[in-house]
Amino acid sequence: MLGHEYVRNALLAGSFVALACGLCGWFVVLRGQVFAGDALGHVAFPGALAAAAAGVDERIGLFAATIAAGGAIALLGRGAIAARGRASGAEPADDTTIGVAFTAILALGVFFLTRFSLGSGGGAGIVAAHTLFGSIFGLSAGEARLAAAIGAAVVVLLALLGRPLLFASVAPEIAGARGVPTRLLGFAFLALLGVVAAEASQAVGALLLLGLLAGPAAAAHRLLPAAGASLALAGALAVGSLWGGVALAYAIPSLPPSTAVVAVATGVYALARLVRGGGGAHR
Amino acid sequence: MPAEPPAPELSWNLAHDVAQVLEYHFMVNALLGGGAVAVAAALAGWMMLVRREAFAGHTLGMMAFPGAAAAALAGVAAAWGYLSFCAAGALAIGALAARGRAWREETAGIGVVQAFALALGFLFVSLYGGVLGDLEGLLFGNLLGVSDGQVAELAAVALAVALALFAAGRPLLFASVDPHAAGAAGVPVGRLSAGFLLVLGLAVAATSQVTGPLLVFALLVMPAAAAQALTTRPLASLAASVAIALGVVWVGLGLSYFSVYPPGFYVAAVAFAAYVLARILAAVRPRLAARGRGSRPPAVVEAL
Repeated sequence: MLGHEYVRNALLAGSFVALACGLCGWFVVLRGQVFAGDALGHVAFPGALAAAAAGVDERIGLFAATIAAGGAIALLGRGAIAARGRASGAEPADDTTIGVAFTAILALGVFFLTRFSLGSGGGAGIVAAHTLFGSIFGLSAGEARLAAAIGAAVVVLLALLGRPLLFASVAPEIAGARGVPTRLLGFAFLALLGVVAAEASQAVGALLLLGLLAGPAAAAHRLLPAAGASLALAGALAVGSLWGGVALAYAIPSLPPSTAVVAVATGVYALARLVRGGGGAHR
Repeated sequence: MPAEPPAPELSWNLAHDVAQVLEYHFMVNALLGGGAVAVAAALAGWMMLVRREAFAGHTLGMMAFPGAAAAALAGVAAAWGYLSFCAAGALAIGALAARGRAWREETAGIGVVQAFALALGFLFVSLYGGVLGDLEGLLFGNLLGVSDGQVAELAAVALAVALALFAAGRPLLFASVDPHAAGAAGVPVGRLSAGFLLVLGLAVAATSQVTGPLLVFALLVMPAAAAQALTTRPLASLAASVAIALGVVWVGLGLSYFSVYPPGFYVAAVAFAAYVLARILAAVRPRLAARGRGSRPPAVVEAL
């Protein structure tokens, strides 16, 4: 299996993207921002289409759209953190705001899709399908190296942000009182999440990004209570899901790789729920 | 796409424009079906926002994609696929939500459900083959292809959603606003929440047949969000939500008739405009009222 170049490229790019997804996802689940992460994944689609309509490289559109949307959600969302939960009366991450913003952006996606298909005749459906579902077996060596480099950079940035971000996520008031810039951190985190979304939408597709973001991280939160170990487990589970999915897709040719990866990630989460039923390991 | 009508032209004569739109049977069907869908989506969406379940609603909307793909693969009518996948999704989310304690765990569970459903959809599409060319139609729906039978089906769904919400409205609202107090008062909070998800699934399944799974959300969220920005009284904002949704669908359809862009785009764009307008109105109104109360009465007239 490793004798094929496309499999090596897929594993190289996929491992780093999955690692970035798993680690970011751990914070996403902790902060109750899964919906925001999902919205960012969808935003990648109009971004890529806008770039295609304008005739520039798709990746520029992807990154510009997701980073801008991440910033916008952070600004509009009043730094909402859902950790305090629904029952205690706190606002769980303003889902109306996210919903409205993201429907508006999807409408733009339809606009660009129509514009693009009117302009160039055909091709639009293929671009849409690629952006939505990804084509991990279609990466060239250069693209794979670039994806790996971006994934690694995200991991390094997250390592730098990690400690204050954890503090700001678990106890925002105390962190604010201690002088931690919680709003700025929330903004930086969503921008970083935007980069991950753009990167992952190339590997597993915008619509399936969610599986790598939520599945392994939610499983890790359930399995281990200690923050450091749980974070590491989230990264490991995400990378494991990717490898498992790629191997599965290689073994069964009719199974698309994106489906296989998400199916494995879902299986991991289902197992974690079985092992640790009930309330979950945290608090 | 239906056959292109002979050069539709937008003129300043509104009555003439409307008559031009109504000349075609498919447009009449689109307006009727779209109206039914608007009512169902506005009612269910209003309650969805009150319960802060937008993410669950979005995920149910996404169920339409694997639903349609599975129906195509199995060779049955798409409506069955939509309905069965939306119902299955509602049950899965309800089961995860009932057992997960923390709210963040619940959203993570919903996210996993959605990702898995989309992955299944992609699998079905690639097994079926050939559908990918129509991916756009699958994702963005086709408001202009509503048949006579579908109009009746959609009207029945809208009626069912309205009846269910009016029957369970009072306890459901209580359980949504303060689940602990409602539980203590003997309201079956868990069963109501699962039941609401099923109703939401039904509304979403109906809506996504005509708007496509990606833009269902426009009809679920925007009219309700606009109405809730305008007034805080439950019945008034519920009525406003239905009215705005109807207006949005009909204006969106009318505009799309005169243009090359698809109805889904216009419906979402008009809905967004309605939301922005409502927010502006909500922001301006207290200032007007304060000015009117503050000084001499004519100030109100000036301000208006």
